[in-house]
Amino acid sequence: MLNSSDLSFQYPGGESFSFPDLSCQAGETRLLLGKSGSGKTTMLQLLAGLRRPAAGKVIINGQLLSDLSGTALDHFRGQHIGMIFQTAHFLQALTVAENLRIAQKLAGKPTNEERIYELLSQLDLSEKARSLPGRLSVGQQQRAAIARALINEPAVLFADEPTSALDDENTQQVVNLLQEQAERVGATLLIVTHDNRLTSLIPQQTHL
Amino acid sequence: MNLVRLSWKNLTFKPLSALLSILLFALSIGLISLLLSLRKQADEQFDNNLAGINLVVGAKGSPLELTLNSMYHVGYATGNVPLGKIKAFFNPKHPIVEDVVPLSVGDSYKGYRIVGTIPKILDWYGTKMAEGEIWQHDFEVVIGEEVARVNGLKLGSTFKSNHGIIDEGDENNIEHDDDFTVVGILAPSSTVLDALVLTTNQTYWHSHESHDDAAGEGDDHAGHDHAGHQHTEDHAPTSLMDEDPEKEITSLLVKYRNASSFQALNFPRNINENTELLAANPAYEISEVRRQFDSGQRILSILVLAITIVSALSIFIALFSSLRERRYELALMRTMGAGRGKLFLLIILEGLMVAVIGYLLGLLLSHGILSLMAANITDDFRYSLSPWRFLPEEIWLLAAALFIGFLAAVIPAIQASRTDIAETLTGTG
Repeated sequence: MLNSSDLSFQYPGGESFSFPDLSCQAGETRLLLGKSGSGKTTMLQLLAGLRRPAAGKVIINGQLLSDLSGTALDHFRGQHIGMIFQTAHFLQALTVAENLRIAQKLAGKPTNEERIYELLSQLDLSEKARSLPGRLSVGQQQRAAIARALINEPAVLFADEPTSALDDENTQQVVNLLQEQAERVGATLLIVTHDNRLTSLIPQQTHL
Repeated sequence: MNLVRLSWKNLTFKPLSALLSILLFALSIGLISLLLSLRKQADEQFDNNLAGINLVVGAKGSPLELTLNSMYHVGYATGNVPLGKIKAFFNPKHPIVEDVVPLSVGDSYKGYRIVGTIPKILDWYGTKMAEGEIWQHDFEVVIGEEVARVNGLKLGSTFKSNHGIIDEGDENNIEHDDDFTVVGILAPSSTVLDALVLTTNQTYWHSHESHDDAAGEGDDHAGHDHAGHQHTEDHAPTSLMDEDPEKEITSLLVKYRNASSFQALNFPRNINENTELLAANPAYEISEVRRQFDSGQRILSILVLAITIVSALSIFIALFSSLRERRYELALMRTMGAGRGKLFLLIILEGLMVAVIGYLLGLLLSHGILSLMAANITDDFRYSLSPWRFLPEEIWLLAAALFIGFLAAVIPAIQASRTDIAETLTGTG
């Protein structure tokens, strides 16, 4: 579901990176490990189509990313890629449920209330559906961010340092949730991290 | 959940930051709309009340005062003129004058002026009777629509007049003893007649018989004895020309046979130079008033322009400074599939919403002020305002408001559309 080959990137007037090839199946979980400065965030950006590689290919769900540009790429990202960041970000003026609704809308999908409430109850957020994200605890926010990333049943779920701000217990919980939810929708889960607590939990690993 | 709703939610999420922009915008729109409405309605009233009158003739004094008093029923008369001196105007064979309407003014009823005149005035102003009949005898009155409505007067109602022009509630008013009887009510005409009480010229002489007619209005009449004089209620309608030439009226409204003839053009100057009368050209006097109005309006326009610029700037600053704290949201929207065009539109919509809300509040403000003014202005200036009348220009004002909203939002919107997901949401590592 996620393949990359011969990826390299050159920062304008700066460092250049070349990256190992990746090949992940649907439902697979993989860690992308590396020290800070190793270019793992850059690789994530290339895989998610946020930057264009100097060379190489990224194929998601059979689509070569370099064939898409502009709005088509934004649209593809909305439909097939889910992203979770180190800090949970939301549209602050909207409630949790509205954040999910607009994620469906922006991806060009019809609003599916059933899916929204099913997902929120799986993530134990049913009671927070009408709350503003700013009123949620950090753990709830991270779960809501997972819900937003998964609402459109993406082919690939990228998580950028999802556990670096969490304690051991929450780390375990979030990783379990991520794996469980990715499996449910048959998504490839790629976790970019330097958090060694995860290496014991997830055997498939790529080192930079 | 579409973009419009999202923009709206963003706007109302932090209402205080939008408030200043909206208020400034409302102020600017409100002032423009107020100026437009006042100007438009003033022009119309001036025009309606010109009624094809070419000349006003009265006692020596200020031509503007004579025009305002005789045509708009504002201010005080320049004095009175004896019938003998204006006899020539009534001559049906006069080479210049086609027709005249004599006016006697000076008394009032609850702030509404009583005008002694002849029924022809109704034709001049294009006014019709709504009910009852035309005044024929002394102390019979036909009242304007507003006079009837405000004072609850009906056919057959009687009232006493006040000497001089006094607002209702004035403690120092002097009542004449004679009862006026309402015999007719006029249909609304949007002219000054709506707010007048019409009767015969002769009525003035009867109610003032114990006075010195030559005394100017506004004098202290407190010492005069109003009691004990008699008048004949059934005074038969007589032509003014058959009356004593010593009797006085206030002024004459004159229509020319041919307003563009050489004699007509020189007519006012001839009167002013060769007689003890004053002749004023109302169209000219009103254009002078308008010129004054215009220069005042120019100064206001500059003020309005300044407020408009400041309000546009305030929208711009509010949007621009919000971009910094919203950069994560904007980047997030792009990861969720929103293209750059959508982010651009999102910010533009916010600018437009501020403009539309400001526009609506502005109209409310201006028409609210107009309705407050309407209550006072009618009494003071015989100028009736329709506060909730909307002008076609106000639609254009909406277009201008939207344009300003767009203009103020366009730079922040471009900035927003350039949001880079990679830089904003993921650190470089």
